[in-house]
Amino acid sequence: MNAAVLQPVHETLTQKIQVTNLNFYYGAFHALKDINLQIPERRVTAFIGPSGCGKSTLLRTFNRMYALYPNQEARGEILIDGDDILSPRQDLNRLRAKVGMVFQKPTPFPMSIHDNIAFGVRLYESLSVREMEERVEWALRKAALWEEVKDKLRQSGTSLSGGQQQRLCIARGIAVKPEVLLLDEPASALDPISTGRIEELVHELKNDYTIVIVTHNMQQAARVSDYTAYMYLGEMVEFGVTDEVFIKPKKKETEDYITGRFG
Amino acid sequence: MSGVADTMDGLSRTDPGISPVSKSIPDANLRNQHRLDLLFRLATRLFAFLVLLLLAGIIVSLLAGSLPALRAFGPGFLTSPQWNPVTEQFGALVPIVGTLVTSFIALLIGIPVSFGIALFLTELSPIWLRRPLGTAIELLAAIPSIIYGMWGLFVFAPAFSQLQPWLTATLGAIPLAGMLFQGPPMGIGVLTAGIILAIMVIPYIAAVMRDVFEVVPSVLKESAYALGSTTWEVVWNVVLPYTKVGVVGGVMLGLGRALGETMAVTFVIGNAHKLNPSLMMPGNSIASALANEFTEAVGDLYGSALIELGLILFLITFVVLALSKMLLLRLGRMEGQKT
Amino acid sequence: MNASAAFMSLYSRRLWINRLNLAVSRLTMLLGLFWLGWLLLTLFEAGFKALGPALFFTMTPPPGASGGLSNAIAGSLIMAAMGTLIGTPIGMMAGIYLAEFGSRGWLAPVTRFINDILLSAPSIVVGLFVYEVYVIHTRHFSAWAGTMALALIVIPVVIRTTENMLRLVPDSLREAAAALGAPQWKVITLVTVRAAKAGIITGILLAVARIGGETAPLLFTALNNQFWSLDLNQPMANLPVVIFQFAMSPYENWQHLAWAGALIITLGVLVLNILARVFFRNKTPTY
Repeated sequence: MNAAVLQPVHETLTQKIQVTNLNFYYGAFHALKDINLQIPERRVTAFIGPSGCGKSTLLRTFNRMYALYPNQEARGEILIDGDDILSPRQDLNRLRAKVGMVFQKPTPFPMSIHDNIAFGVRLYESLSVREMEERVEWALRKAALWEEVKDKLRQSGTSLSGGQQQRLCIARGIAVKPEVLLLDEPASALDPISTGRIEELVHELKNDYTIVIVTHNMQQAARVSDYTAYMYLGEMVEFGVTDEVFIKPKKKETEDYITGRFG
Repeated sequence: MSGVADTMDGLSRTDPGISPVSKSIPDANLRNQHRLDLLFRLATRLFAFLVLLLLAGIIVSLLAGSLPALRAFGPGFLTSPQWNPVTEQFGALVPIVGTLVTSFIALLIGIPVSFGIALFLTELSPIWLRRPLGTAIELLAAIPSIIYGMWGLFVFAPAFSQLQPWLTATLGAIPLAGMLFQGPPMGIGVLTAGIILAIMVIPYIAAVMRDVFEVVPSVLKESAYALGSTTWEVVWNVVLPYTKVGVVGGVMLGLGRALGETMAVTFVIGNAHKLNPSLMMPGNSIASALANEFTEAVGDLYGSALIELGLILFLITFVVLALSKMLLLRLGRMEGQKT
Repeated sequence: MNASAAFMSLYSRRLWINRLNLAVSRLTMLLGLFWLGWLLLTLFEAGFKALGPALFFTMTPPPGASGGLSNAIAGSLIMAAMGTLIGTPIGMMAGIYLAEFGSRGWLAPVTRFINDILLSAPSIVVGLFVYEVYVIHTRHFSAWAGTMALALIVIPVVIRTTENMLRLVPDSLREAAAALGAPQWKVITLVTVRAAKAGIITGILLAVARIGGETAPLLFTALNNQFWSLDLNQPMANLPVVIFQFAMSPYENWQHLAWAGALIITLGVLVLNILARVFFRNKTPTY
């Protein structure tokens, strides 16, 4: 695959997620301020910024994860494939089946490796035993975990190492074949080798999925993403093609952050 | 769509498994899940509500059962020492006093001992001993009360009767308070019941005390030690004031247990409906009166009087336990503010 | 000079107070262990004398004759098992409500409060309640009534542990399941409850241990039965009530049997307690 061909300067790409005037509140705290953003389909978009800047909060609006908790509220408009997901008529389960998420810490379910992956698939598809086995293998292969676990699919998912657990969670996320994959600092709790694996994985997965990744690691953002958004104190400071954001940022704040002069 | 997308489509076609299938989840499926969600939530809610219903049921049924006695004796039931099944004259004074006095004795002995145990477990014990010793104390709480009762009757009471003449000779000689320790050395009686109850409530109180002592921030203790305080001074002047609400809550929990304890008391209290100034004489408690007489109570009024005793017991313990719970909640809130 | 001497005398007084009080604290710990030791010692001594195979295969005898406790053991097992089977699902559902849906509204805090009180409420009152609402209407004591009373004691214990254990499950696990599009009831039953399984089972074991020794609530409900009966509509023999009647009796053979019964119950309860602890320690979720 030739990255240069896939990333012309003026791509005409479909916008998968369109965010317009998004504001977010934790109770009285105004966490996101007038966010406007367009996330292209089948590309990797990274959110960077200091902790507390709202990058995870923004990510969690895309599958409305915040709706699990009282007193958290989003106002504005988020379109995914043209549908307003903030609308009260939006079915959350349908949304989340379409928009997958992988979390900062590995979250294997208390069940076998096989069942961890089958759990999500069973929710909305009825597959035969054989089809399910194929799907599990496919997802584990995609997540580069198959070779390590193929002989112990019946073992508990919690028995794996941290890096393996996180790849299991990625496999679980892609097994349901979502269209968008949200990654919330997926490698921050992992060793360098596991991190490398996951970065390779992200690179490979973007052929099929729209990926949004939150990271506090700028090198990681530079390595894996096509587009980068820099956020600070709940505001979108700069958004653009990753190379441009990192090499010649338009805003002084972005440059300060990227060159480490932040503060 | 430009050629880029076409290229990618071409790529993904080589691996049919890879491409995200835009699943069209049928609306009916989703609606069904929402219905199940609602049903599940309502079902759990119903069972939670059942707990309130249970409380209401207990109070209403006991009230209904004690109506005949309430009508016959009115509020005088609380103050009358009479208990005569033959003439059907009933009063609750003796069992109420017995319940309160035995529980009071239990706390008098139980509080300092529990405090000592909690202090030992949190400050003095070597780390490796903490867990086994804590478990041993918790096992003391797990032993069924009937075992305490039996042991009290067959083992403790005979041993205690050896000690009683000495108690009468020493404590009994004290003016005024001495009359609490008069009487034949029978082994059983109100004092024995109180001591057995003390052994029973110690594990409860000690466990709560240990738990609340452990929430004291070590910075607080360390700064007191840094001023040159002794261990005792740290516990008495820092730990105890910091946790006093929780400690009182634990004591109330123990009191609630002691008030309602049935079998341990029934074996050793003597079951005599007589008001006696001496703690060495037999008495009665509400719970043991119920245990001994309820199945044999003949006549509506007799049974009803016993149920009214049960109602009184429930109300007393309810108030005590509610207070305990509120104090422990207050400690929890305090902790929440500080962190 | 003077100040220094005063300091030293004050200091040594403080040290002495410290030593004295810490010695008393050690003494109280010994006292606690002493009671436990004394109780277990006499229990084993007296209980083992009457222990033997006949105990498990013959029924409770009339005064003076020989016999065992088979009917009482069977009755206790049946009623404890049924009480647990009925009480556990009810308690778990209510516990799930408190932990998973209890963040808003008045019902959860009130239920929590009342439940904690019922947890320590006198068990004899539970017996009275079942007598009033069930025994009076059926006009006879029965194993069903005993089972109901025991179930009512199980419920608060299970509610408490279910709620506490579910609260230990990190929200990230709930989020991960919800992120796949799972409806809430599936998140709870398939993921959250399963993650808290070890803790909940521990709580159930402790509840069984608790009702295994409960006597007071059975006095007015199951009563006792000299004969072998598996009919739930008849009075049913059970260890605690048999122990109570036999121990309070003047007959020596009955008293021996009471000791044996006491030993069986205590061993059962202690084994359940230790089992629960070991089980929980090995299976605590490590998130």
